[in-house]
Amino acid sequence: MKHLRQREDQSVYILREAYKHFDNLAMLWSMGKDSTVLLWLARKAFFGHVPFPLLHVDTSYKIPAMIEYRDRLAREWGLNLVVGQNKEALAAGMNHTMGRVVCCTALKTNGLKQLLENKGYTGVILGVRADEEGTRAKERYFSPRDKHGDWDFRDQPPELWDQYKTTFPPGTHIRIHPLLDWTEINIWEYIKLEQIPFIDLYLDKGDGTRYRSLGCAPCTSPIRSTAKSVDDIIEELRHTTVAERSGRAQDEGRGMELLRKDGYM
Amino acid sequence: MSETAKPSENLNIVIVGHVDHGKSTLLGRLYADTGSLPDGKLEKVQAICKQQGKEFEYAFLFDAFLEEQEQGITIDTARTFFMWKGRQYIIIDAPGHKEFLKNMISGAARAEAALLLIDALEGVREQSKKHGYLLSLLGVRQFAVVVNKMDLVAYRQDVFDGIEKEYREFLGQFKAVPSQFIPVSAKLGDNIANRSEQMAWYGGPTVLETLGAFKKEAARSEQPLRLPVQDVYKFDARRIITGRITAGRLKVGDHLVFSPSNKRANIRTVEAFNIEPQPTEGQAGQSIGVTLDEQIFVERGEVASHQEHLPLVSTAFRANLFWLGKRPLEKGRKYLLRVATKEVDCEVASIHRIIDTMDLAQQQSSNSISKNQVAELTLRTKAPVAFDLSASFEATGRFVLVDEYDIAGGGIITELVHDDQEFLREEARRRDFAWVKGEVTVEDRAQQYGHRAAVVLITGGRHTGKSFLARKLEGRLVADGRHAYLLDGENLRRGLDADLSEEERGQTAEMARRYGEVARLLTDTGLIVVSTTNPFGLAYREASQAIRTLVHPAPVIAVHMSKSEEESPPSTDVVLTGPTDFDAATSRILEELKRRGVLAQAIGAKPVFQYSI
Repeated sequence: MKHLRQREDQSVYILREAYKHFDNLAMLWSMGKDSTVLLWLARKAFFGHVPFPLLHVDTSYKIPAMIEYRDRLAREWGLNLVVGQNKEALAAGMNHTMGRVVCCTALKTNGLKQLLENKGYTGVILGVRADEEGTRAKERYFSPRDKHGDWDFRDQPPELWDQYKTTFPPGTHIRIHPLLDWTEINIWEYIKLEQIPFIDLYLDKGDGTRYRSLGCAPCTSPIRSTAKSVDDIIEELRHTTVAERSGRAQDEGRGMELLRKDGYM
Repeated sequence: MSETAKPSENLNIVIVGHVDHGKSTLLGRLYADTGSLPDGKLEKVQAICKQQGKEFEYAFLFDAFLEEQEQGITIDTARTFFMWKGRQYIIIDAPGHKEFLKNMISGAARAEAALLLIDALEGVREQSKKHGYLLSLLGVRQFAVVVNKMDLVAYRQDVFDGIEKEYREFLGQFKAVPSQFIPVSAKLGDNIANRSEQMAWYGGPTVLETLGAFKKEAARSEQPLRLPVQDVYKFDARRIITGRITAGRLKVGDHLVFSPSNKRANIRTVEAFNIEPQPTEGQAGQSIGVTLDEQIFVERGEVASHQEHLPLVSTAFRANLFWLGKRPLEKGRKYLLRVATKEVDCEVASIHRIIDTMDLAQQQSSNSISKNQVAELTLRTKAPVAFDLSASFEATGRFVLVDEYDIAGGGIITELVHDDQEFLREEARRRDFAWVKGEVTVEDRAQQYGHRAAVVLITGGRHTGKSFLARKLEGRLVADGRHAYLLDGENLRRGLDADLSEEERGQTAEMARRYGEVARLLTDTGLIVVSTTNPFGLAYREASQAIRTLVHPAPVIAVHMSKSEEESPPSTDVVLTGPTDFDAATSRILEELKRRGVLAQAIGAKPVFQYSI
């Protein structure tokens, strides 16, 4: 438990730094376990309040239960929810059969970029973790994106001690990653410790499968698992050597690297 | 072999060393040998190697970007994780290539312990020394030296001993002592997880055993309290002061002193979300929130402590600094200094020497510090800062410099540099601590008057119209319903200063001190004090500095008047040059008072202060 409180203290510090330094700040919420823990940490940092909008980039292909859960928590916790959608691409019939990277770029990356541009957000808080996949391991806590939302991972500013990059040229924005040091197990241990409500898609409901990572319905598949509770999940993760995102089609080949350089979450 | 016991703690480890000395290989081996690799990862990398027609190496496992594998060097700091004997390790892989020093520093700044790699065949190289020195500068005191590629020197003990001797001597020059020197072959797995049969002469621990022996950073809770204020929230009825305790502990009822403002109050509650029962104390490492029994105005950047162990306060300190900026650090240019949560403009007062990290020899002094150089220097800040020496307090003893938009350098504070305000600051501190208060608080007065107390200080040479402007401003403020008072130095001369001899009255220091203390009394009554530096003649720069120190933390609006272009004293808010339009000048000062939150935006309106009351 002590190690979770250490993570919490660090994340809360980062969230408060973000709130102090960015006038136009928002948090991305995908309703998955990570960004929901992040949302909970925001309530910790701001003593029950969430003083910035929560953005959801809706691809229209999300699993319906996720949308219900989103609207319920938004109501119960008094959240300022902002939903963005790349309507143009959807009207043109964009879907995963046109190519997964093509579809993710159009509906998620471009959907996000449109949302950021329209609202002029200069700081965006995301729930990415370093242990999820290789490119995320190289992120800073405060990571600059250029005018096109692109990430230059080769030339990142130094990040020293608890001092983060909070100044930036006009037209650019900063991605803020308070969960960078958390692992998948930490997330579930924390959900248990704090009793955070999560979507039951993560649990086996009798058919011997569950989702380990949530995305769009067509591109996310459940894994074989009989974990029926948070304790079961934690126990399972202690022994697994299967990658967390193995059910996520976008990770195949160089998918995530290409997506993330271009501004994907 | 996977060690899956429940983690009881995390430990951040950085791996540093010269390029090509085998950091990524060591990491690959650690992961493979502890059973920490996901299924298929090894096979995936092996397939890529085959496709690119090269021999598989453990190093490739960690080079997540394909470009990197093509270049064969790690580009940026990457975090990876593994579990061993109940402890979760976050491994920060920091590149050794010279141009990526900033990434190595970013990595090491997050670390609680380090492994420093040296190639047995190549021996101690430039980056081995630089990294060793920087680890020490960054405060990473726990580290071991791993002598890699022992297989390439036929596992000879004399080669290992030679490297140990040379490197220990180097480290000894700045009193760094590694916990261990370990001879290994990361490629073949000698002394990583398993003991080497090839090196029976080595009786010390393996790399994994060494990691296990690193101690979790000693809690700093036994030190005196340091709580740098991060922010003040008022989302609901509670006015919560937040921050991360960097040293010591606090509890409900504790008397806190905020430096440098010297404001004081007792902790009423410790606030938290979803913690039952509500906590009543906090200790080093925690991000907390407290409410106070008195609604004092404190802001981000102040450091809360107990009265018996105050931090240092000055406008200057000496430091060791490393520079990573694209353009050199130059004397005379402005930078933003960040110490804990305080941000203040500063400049380099002097560069004492550039340190050659290869031989640590004295180098010629210089007017600038280039990228990747380390130097000893003195920094001077625009306003007083609360800090500590790095030898006694880590978090409040280090700083970064921001050049334009980027953090471009960092360092540790080695010495307080006394400035000319030191004695007055001490006087103000002693006086404030002993100040006897009535029942009426500063906020009560502000509410009653509709404005905060402040000092408008008009400086300038003779016959520039200072007195005329001061009288006009006082008149305008009172006509608008403000509580203002013109404090003329002449009046002090004939009364309070009547005991002084003519000679004594010529001494700016004592005259300014008396004037400042009277201004302090008046601001405590809630007044806006309008004053000129007339009594000090041309010594107005010295006098205005002293007055600022004594009335601190009341806001000082500095107005400088001159007949022609000239340099204004530091921190001037309003500059009036040439023939003055006094009505326009008065309006500008009123605007400045509004901007600083002293006056409400509209007359008659309840004041909306920048801070919550």
